[in-house]
Amino acid sequence: MATHPRRAAMKTETLHDFTSRSRAATADGEQRKKFRSAMDFLIGKRAAQFPDTAQWTALRESGQQIRQRALARLPDLLAQFEKKAQQNGMTVHWAETPQEANQIIHGILQQQQARTLIKGKSMVSEEIELNHYLQTHSIKALESDMGEFIVQLADEKPSHIIMPAIHKSKQEIATLFAAEIDDTAYTEDVDELIQIGRQALRRQFLNADAGLSGVNFAIAETGTLCLVENEGNGRLSTSVPRVHIAITGIEKMLENLADLPPLLTLLTRSATGQPITTYVNLISGPRRTDEQDGPEEVHIVLLDNGRSQAYADVQLRQTLQCIRCGACMNHCPVYTRIGGHAYGTTYPGPIGSIISPHLLGLEETRDLPSASTLCGACGDVCPVKIPIPELLLRLRVENVTRAGTKDHQEVMRGQGAKYRLSEKLAWQAWSLVNVKPALYLASRRSVTGLRHLIPSAKSWTQVRVMPKIAPQSLHELIKAHQEKKS
Amino acid sequence: MHSNSSIYLFGTCVVDLFFPQAGISALKILEREGIQVSYPQAQSCCGQPAYTSGYLDDARRVALAQIAAFPGEAPIVVLSGSCAGMMKHHYPTLFSGMPEETSVLQFSARIIEFTAYLVEVLNIQLQDLGPAESVALHTSCTARREMGTLHTGRELLRRLKHIDLKIHDHESECCGFGGTFSVRHPDISAAMVQDKTAALRQCGASKVVSADCGCLLNITGALQKQQGEPDHKVPFAGLHIAELIWQRTRGEPL
Ligand code: SF4
Repeated sequence: MATHPRRAAMKTETLHDFTSRSRAATADGEQRKKFRSAMDFLIGKRAAQFPDTAQWTALRESGQQIRQRALARLPDLLAQFEKKAQQNGMTVHWAETPQEANQIIHGILQQQQARTLIKGKSMVSEEIELNHYLQTHSIKALESDMGEFIVQLADEKPSHIIMPAIHKSKQEIATLFAAEIDDTAYTEDVDELIQIGRQALRRQFLNADAGLSGVNFAIAETGTLCLVENEGNGRLSTSVPRVHIAITGIEKMLENLADLPPLLTLLTRSATGQPITTYVNLISGPRRTDEQDGPEEVHIVLLDNGRSQAYADVQLRQTLQCIRCGACMNHCPVYTRIGGHAYGTTYPGPIGSIISPHLLGLEETRDLPSASTLCGACGDVCPVKIPIPELLLRLRVENVTRAGTKDHQEVMRGQGAKYRLSEKLAWQAWSLVNVKPALYLASRRSVTGLRHLIPSAKSWTQVRVMPKIAPQSLHELIKAHQEKKS
Repeated sequence: MHSNSSIYLFGTCVVDLFFPQAGISALKILEREGIQVSYPQAQSCCGQPAYTSGYLDDARRVALAQIAAFPGEAPIVVLSGSCAGMMKHHYPTLFSGMPEETSVLQFSARIIEFTAYLVEVLNIQLQDLGPAESVALHTSCTARREMGTLHTGRELLRRLKHIDLKIHDHESECCGFGGTFSVRHPDISAAMVQDKTAALRQCGASKVVSADCGCLLNITGALQKQQGEPDHKVPFAGLHIAELIWQRTRGEPL
């Protein structure tokens, strides 16, 4: 099987090429059709799972409440989890930055003299670019989730947090498999493709020196890791190799086991429209002496990477309620048009636009808070009631506000990233016009009132005609109407 | 019962500049119902563009000017769901914890969207004198979600006997306007409005109405642009729901 040294291609672009990436994405008609039908499919499947509005309302209330309760006590829960996990025989590591997390994982693998790492799906390992890091240290990281496996073969990144290869057609996958997997003939038969992928993956499981997984929830009371998946590779990568390393953001803590069932219900239904996934793994430590299988060592890496910054602000903290179901992406009209890669971040779509600024700084992600029409679809479907549009608005404020001014709050890195004196002055002029009736009336014909709404005729008129100002305004028409009446 | 009611009309800056006919139609409908309508000349814009761009101080300044323009306690009927949402739900947030908070809350409580006022307050009966026609309805996302005016809009169209209300594909999906979004991300916005207009054309309607003139700027702008294209010879009109109601209940030629 071929491996690819080009993995980091996207890194070299700057994150704020969002505009050019989204332009390219919207110009790709095939891709747009594919996303539309994929998202419609997922929207339909989810809707079928929540037919009863009252039940849905109650369930997400409890989901929100569980997450908020856990977050309110996060420092405590992390300490409790660490203690319990250690008692269970796991080794707990703390990482503040992606670099630290990579070093920790590399260190464990070095100790094991591991050359290969088999991975279940983990968005956090994408976040820290683990595969790339390990590659530069001559360790091969092999994705075992089918979607991740496909994007790895294609030398790409996931385009969705639940369905990493959703941007690929079966023809593309057929071509990819035929080219990259030894002794494979081209076939568009989906069942056959799945078999080909599975065969290739099975060979890898048996030979891997260590396994790595993500974490859906970590339970503080019992020191348990919960992992949901459909393919069984999560279970294999956490139990076949001698060592299992789990990596998670610090926010994934739950107080106790009783909190888990409602969240699992919300997670799987919101994500794929499944009432339950094929596998729900509860991992509470390495193999005990009387046990037949399981790893001899379990390590857990708790990653901060900007999360404590989000945590520090009560409003922005809501971002951390996320259970990574992806429903906000599926329902986002912007995501549907451009797909995940256009965002340039590990987490795309609405959740990406509110979490990425914490992980990467507002400087790097300055376009994301505005990449929404604030239509509200994301907030409506979020199973833990994160007010995503409200948080986007908040980040827009941070984006244009500088230290020392009234609406500035000391939380984010790279505040004022989109601050432009000219724009600030333009809005001041706009507000002045809209405050002074005489100015408003006088400026009507020059459209000062709307100039800042439609500054570039070119972008507007590509697909629309320029709106024409009416010969008489409503102000004038009503005045005339009232004079006639009296 | 409403004969002596008096209300304020808030036209919105987009209606004022681009769709004044919608405002006049609304005024005439309300007056025909015996409502006394005041239209303060000092009104301008609800402040939403600055608010959603992150310029809170500018938004506050404009909001306070509107609040000053509508003294007293009379209801304020707003011709756009999205502006109504701004004034009803976002003004309180904008002034939360500030000295003006109480008076802002009082102001916001008076805000009611136009179609909601006609249906829920006036329970208006409409005598449809127009010919049979198929019409689609577009509500802005904020109108639909914050103000719940999808059903009042639909209800008004149902009360027009000869209107066949058509539901278009992905009806609840955003048209891609989003105020400054259409300017900051023109390519995404263009893709969205093209899908929206395609769905409208496919649903069998010959016009689209909305109580949100921001969306109408976007949708009708795109519909008109497509007019010259080979597939789109048949004109497809877009107008404010007030205008449609006024035209049809007076039997004027359409
Ligand atoms: S923000 Fe909400 S909808 Fe989006 S992924 Fe997270 S939990 Fe799911």
